[in-house]
Amino acid sequence: MILTRRWTLLAAIGTVTLLGATGCSAPEKSSPAASDASTPSGSITVYNAQHEELTQAWADEFTAETGVTVTLRNGDDSELGNQLVQEGSASKADVFLTENSPAITLVDQAGLFAPVDDATLAQVPEQLRPSTGTWTGIAARSTVFAYNPSLLSESEVPDSMLDLADPAWAGRWAASPSGADFQAIVSALLELKGEDATRDWLAAMKENVVVYKGNSTVMKAINAGEIPGGVIYHYYWFADQAGTGENSANTQMHYFKNQDPGAFVSVSGGGVLETSANPVAAQAFLAYITGKGGQEILKNGTSFEYPVSDSVDANPALVPISELDAPVIDPSKLNSTKVTDLMTEAGFL
Amino acid sequence: MIPAAPSTATTAPDPSGTVRAAVAETGASGSAGFTDAAAGRVGKRPSAFIVAAAITVSLLGLLPLGYVIVTGILTGWPTLSALVFRPRVGELLLNTVGLVVITVPLTAAIGVAAAWLVGRTSLPGRRVFAVLLATPLAVPAFVNSYGWVSAVPSLNGLWSGVLIATLSYFPLVYLPCAAAFRRLDPTVEEAAESLGSGAWGVFFRVILPQLRLPILGGALLVGLHLLSEYGAFAMIRFDTFTTAIVEQYRSTFNGPAATALAGVLVLLCLFLLIGESGARGRSRYARIGSGVARVTPRRSLGAFTPVGYLFLGGLFTLAIGVPFWSVIRWLAQGGATVWTEPVLVQALLQTVGYGLAGAVVTCLLAFPIAFLAVRYPSRLSRGLESVNYLTSSLPGIVTALALVTISIRFVQPLYQTTVLVIVTYLLMFLPRALVNLRAGLAQVPVGLEEAARSLGRHPVAAFLHVTTRFFAPSALAAGALVFLGIVTELTATLLLAPSGTRTLAIQFWSKVNDINYVGAAPYALLMIVLSLPVTYLLFARSRLTSTS
Repeated sequence: MILTRRWTLLAAIGTVTLLGATGCSAPEKSSPAASDASTPSGSITVYNAQHEELTQAWADEFTAETGVTVTLRNGDDSELGNQLVQEGSASKADVFLTENSPAITLVDQAGLFAPVDDATLAQVPEQLRPSTGTWTGIAARSTVFAYNPSLLSESEVPDSMLDLADPAWAGRWAASPSGADFQAIVSALLELKGEDATRDWLAAMKENVVVYKGNSTVMKAINAGEIPGGVIYHYYWFADQAGTGENSANTQMHYFKNQDPGAFVSVSGGGVLETSANPVAAQAFLAYITGKGGQEILKNGTSFEYPVSDSVDANPALVPISELDAPVIDPSKLNSTKVTDLMTEAGFL
Repeated sequence: MIPAAPSTATTAPDPSGTVRAAVAETGASGSAGFTDAAAGRVGKRPSAFIVAAAITVSLLGLLPLGYVIVTGILTGWPTLSALVFRPRVGELLLNTVGLVVITVPLTAAIGVAAAWLVGRTSLPGRRVFAVLLATPLAVPAFVNSYGWVSAVPSLNGLWSGVLIATLSYFPLVYLPCAAAFRRLDPTVEEAAESLGSGAWGVFFRVILPQLRLPILGGALLVGLHLLSEYGAFAMIRFDTFTTAIVEQYRSTFNGPAATALAGVLVLLCLFLLIGESGARGRSRYARIGSGVARVTPRRSLGAFTPVGYLFLGGLFTLAIGVPFWSVIRWLAQGGATVWTEPVLVQALLQTVGYGLAGAVVTCLLAFPIAFLAVRYPSRLSRGLESVNYLTSSLPGIVTALALVTISIRFVQPLYQTTVLVIVTYLLMFLPRALVNLRAGLAQVPVGLEEAARSLGRHPVAAFLHVTTRFFAPSALAAGALVFLGIVTELTATLLLAPSGTRTLAIQFWSKVNDINYVGAAPYALLMIVLSLPVTYLLFARSRLTSTS
C-alpha cells in the first residue's frame, strides 16, 4: 500500500532527524594529547565525589593554566566507585576523586588504576597515600564530635566514639550513616577493631542514633538544639564559621584524639584510570591538584580540608593534623563493600 | 438515580484497564473511549510500520519491569529473601504504607471539598480560587518541601511527609473532580431530593458515587506519586522505599539490595493499580431518554461562607504561600549575586532543551500507539496501551536503575548519552502524551479526512492537512505535560545524564544538600516559572473537556 510506504518514509526521516539532533548534544569523548606527548591538551572527564565547589575551583584553574577542558560527573564515593567497577574498561572517566579512601580502594582493587606519576607521588607524604602508588591522597579530613554546649557540658562529651553505643546515649547523638563520610569512619573502626566489634557497635548505634541526611544537616540540627551532639567531619564546622555561622554558632567541636577510632583522619583520594583516553592530561590534573597551586586553593578556599602537600601548610584556623593523634591506618586497607554490607545488616541502608 | 450499563455517559468503558482514568491529571481522558466508533476505520489493516513502531515502544517499556524480575531471579532466593525480610524493610514498609494510607484519603477529601466549593457553591471569588487551587502542581514536591523546611526547620518523619505530600498532590484529585462537578446532571440529585434525601444524603449517596471515577483516578495518581517521590521526603528525613533505594544506590551503585527494595516497591505499585481497578466497578449513573442536562444551580453557603473562605484560603496559603514565601525570603537574602552564577543559564537552557527534546520524542513515539488505539481498536492496541501505563507507574528510580544497568552491560554506546536520558523520559511520561493524543485523535471526524481524499488528496496529505489541524491542540497539550514532567524530574536525570549535565533540578538538589538554601532559591523559582504556564494549560483543558 502506498499509505504504508509513505508512512515508512516519513517516520524514517523523523527518526533520522531526531537521532541527529540528540546525537549532537552528547558530550564529546576526551581526545588524546595532540602532537607533543608530554603537553596536556584536549579534555578529561573527572568522576568527582569531592565537594563540587572545591573540584570546580581546581578544574577552572587547571583549565586556565593548560587549556584542558574538564568535565565533572558529580556523585557519591561508593556510587561512583561501584559505577567505575561496573563500567570497567568502557568507562569514559579519566580521573576519579573521592572524599574518603574506601571507595577509591575499591576501584584500585579492581585493577582499574594506572600508576600515579612518580613526581606526583613525591609531592605527597607517604602516610597520606597508599603503599601501592596507584592513587594518592589529595586532601584529608578529621572526624569530630560536634555538640551543643547548652545541651551537653564539656565533661559530658564522650571520651571515645565507641562510648556512643552506651544506652545512656539513646536518642542523644546524630549522624548521617547513608553518607560516604560516616561509612569511611565505620571502615576505620572495622580495620581497627574487627568485624564482630563493628557489627555490635553498629547494632547499638541503630538503637541510639538519630539519623540525618548529610553532615551539614547533622550540624544544623545540633546548632538548632534538636539534638545534643553528632559525629561529623571537622571542615563542615569551619566552613560554616567562615561564612555566616548560622548553622554552627551554637556548636563546639571535640576531637577524640588518643588514636581513638573517632579520631580517624580520612584521606581523600585521586587516581588516573588505566583506560583513560587522555592519560597525559589526566596525570597532569592529578599532579596539579596535589601540587602547590591545587593545595593552595584547598587551603585558601572555603572547604577547610587539610592539604596533603608538604609545601602547603593547613589553614591556620585548623588544629594541626599532627596534634590530632589519629589512629594509624593504611588507607588502602579500608573496605567499602564490607562496610556497606554491615550497615545494610544493621538496618541503616 | 439509575445505575446503568455503560452508555453515552461521560465516563466511557475503559478497555485499557487501570490507569487511564488516573491520567485524568490531563483532564482530557474522559471523552476518549466512546468516540472510537464514530472515528471509524481507515483501511482494513493498520500499516505494518505503525504496528511495528507501537510494539517496539511498548517492548521498550517492559525493560524496567523485566530488569527487576530478571535481576531478582538471578540474585537467587536465599540472597533475595535475606535482603527483603529484614527489619529495615519492615520500617520502610510501615513508613511507605502509612504515608499512602493517610495521605490518599486526605487528598481525596480535600480535593473533593475544594472542587465542591468552587464548582457548586455561590462563594464569591470561586473562579479565582478555581485557578489558584491548580497552581500547586507547578511547585515540584521537593521545592514545596524545601519551602516548608525553610519555614519550620524541625519538620521530619511521617506526619511532615503527609503534610507536604497532601499540599503538593491534592490538585491531582481536585482537578478531575472539579471537571466532573461541572458535568453532573442535576436531575439525578433532584430525583433523590424528591424521594426524601436531605442535602448530606444527596451528597454521599448521589454526588459522591458519581465522582467515584475521578476520585479513584486522582487517588491512584497521588498514590503513585507518593511511592516515587524522593527529594521531598529526603529533605525531611522521612525514609520511604524510594529514598532507601536512592541511598542504596549512592552506597553500592546498583547492588542487589537496591534491586530487592525496588522489587518490593514495584509490588506496592501493582497493588495500587489493581486496587484502583477493582474499586472502579461497572455501574454508572445516567439519565434515560433524550435531553440535555441543564446547568446545576449553585448552593449558597450562607452563614458558612467564612468557613469556605477559611478552607480555600488556608489551603492556598499552606500549599503555595509557604513555599513562595520561603523562596522569596531566600532570594531577598541572596540579593543579586545568586543570579550571577553562570551555571544558572546553562542549567536553564539544558532543562528546556531536555524538556523540548523529550516532549517531541515522546509525542512522536506515542503517536503510533494512539493511532492504533483510535483507528484500529483491537486486543493488540489495548494491550500496548496497558503496557505503557504500567511502565509509567513505576517510580523513576526503578526505571533509571534498570536503564543504567542495562546500558552499561549491553548497550555501551548509549550509556551516559542524551539519547538514553530521552528514552527514560519517554518511558516515564509516555502515557501523559498518549492520553491526550488519543483523545485528540478520537475527536477528529474521520469523514473529513475521507472527504479530502475523495477530492484527490493523497492519504498522507489528507491526514496532514485535515486531521493534524484538529489534532494540534491535543498534541500541544501532550507535549506540554511531558515537558512539565521533565522539568521537575530529579532522580532519573541524576543517574543517567551525560557527565557535566546540570539541569535546574540537579543544581537545586546539589545546593540543598550543601544546605545552601539561598543558592537553591533561583533554581526553585525558575522551575516554578517554567511549570506555571503548563499548569494553567492543564487547568484550562480540564474546563474544556468538562463542557464538551
